[in-house]
Amino acid sequence: MRTKCKGKSTVFFADPPRIISGGTIVGDVEAQGPLGGYFDIALEDDTWGEDTWEKAERKMFEHAVRTALEKGGLTPMQVDILLGGDLLNQIISANFAARELEIPFLGLYGACSTMAEGMLIGSMLIDGGFADRVACAASSHFSTAERQYRLPLEMGSQAVPTSQRTVTGAGCALLSGSGCADKGSLSNVCIAGGVIGRVVDLGITDAANMGAAMAPAAADTLKRHLFDTGRTVEDYDLIITGDLGSFGSELFLMLLNDAGIDAGTRHLDCGNIIFSAEQNAVCGGSGCGCSAVTMNGYILPRMDAGEYERILFMATGALMSPTAGLQGESIPGIAHGVVIERR
Amino acid sequence: MKNERIPSAKEKDYQRRVNERMPKSKTLSQCIRAFVSGGIICCIGQLIHDFAKLTLNYSESNVAAFTAIVLVFIGATLTGVGIYDKIGAWAGAGSVVPITGFANSIVSPAMEFKREGYVLGLGAKLFSIAGPVLVYGISASVIVGIITCLITGRF
Repeated sequence: MRTKCKGKSTVFFADPPRIISGGTIVGDVEAQGPLGGYFDIALEDDTWGEDTWEKAERKMFEHAVRTALEKGGLTPMQVDILLGGDLLNQIISANFAARELEIPFLGLYGACSTMAEGMLIGSMLIDGGFADRVACAASSHFSTAERQYRLPLEMGSQAVPTSQRTVTGAGCALLSGSGCADKGSLSNVCIAGGVIGRVVDLGITDAANMGAAMAPAAADTLKRHLFDTGRTVEDYDLIITGDLGSFGSELFLMLLNDAGIDAGTRHLDCGNIIFSAEQNAVCGGSGCGCSAVTMNGYILPRMDAGEYERILFMATGALMSPTAGLQGESIPGIAHGVVIERR
Repeated sequence: MKNERIPSAKEKDYQRRVNERMPKSKTLSQCIRAFVSGGIICCIGQLIHDFAKLTLNYSESNVAAFTAIVLVFIGATLTGVGIYDKIGAWAGAGSVVPITGFANSIVSPAMEFKREGYVLGLGAKLFSIAGPVLVYGISASVIVGIITCLITGRF
């Protein structure tokens, strides 16, 4: 029976799971950015001593989970389910990291929306009585993403004015049911509810303009959530989007404005704050790691300290495929939302 | 029946607004950069050309080959040491169009896909960027050759 739903697509948990800790690892460029000091581990070199960037990314994924577990005072054996994914084909980073962690694993692919997707499903599993503790993780790596989706790194080409830089980073949020008396680095934040995103596609075909491809999905998710709950933007201290970037954010606010919603003062985009203007990221950061490290390293600890009471975190994903792109297809977007409250 | 997707009015309106608001490329400054950087590369080529002709006393056809070889070598080396991508980020077409850009487009995938092995990685991906240029460049030269033969009547 649908007992925990509000409206068509918003869910609220009977017993909201707590986020007890977060683990974050970033590459050297992210570490030099404005949020550099907030992350647990900063790499000096983006191969992290491995032969390939792919191996480095899976190691980052694994260690983001291990760091979150350490900060939550738990071992992998005590975690019931690992949820996570990344941007690479067959989500290899998550799969190989799960092999090392030996936690029962459900792989997710939501492109850059994976962090929110994991937190939403993880909370459902805990509130549904299927798990006590769930680790939700996501990773992305600039060098692995470039070679899979774009051009070789040493190829001399110019950045398009709407392009974004994939964040090298992995983040993990550790969720725990209220029945467990776990004491982690975070003690006051819980996931009160969420909203499952729809795939929205307004026909953007330019793979160098992902903000424009994702903005309609983010606006759709927010509009449906506000409609379901009867809430307004003012009920949230922050409306956080994952990686719309500066141009995508502008379009997101434009689409909300069309619906009579003014989110301007409360909107924050992780892609807009992770790099500084001098770091040549053009429109900002992107990738699963962008929202994963910004949320777990920067936003949640600040919320725990009392800065915000209630936020809506919507990680945005551009579900693009190089094959579909070459065949002239547009880029579908998706955004999942989680309502995080301080209790 | 073919599963065709007809763009709605909402989609068209959104795409129009995206195009209107999109940050634009700075075409004029990019053209100037391309002109200057491409010109510098060509001047270097001319210096190599003159050196081969006047100092080494090579024949005309050898001079052309010598110049191309040296420029490809320079482009490949700068790619290998990680400088050519930085030049390309500034110069744009100025460093893509000359033969040094051709070297860059072959060496950069070679470096990147070496990790997937010498045959299915490096070997298969070597011409992933330059390949289309070669295919259509050579095809075009064949067609031009045939037309020339037909017009001039010399076979």
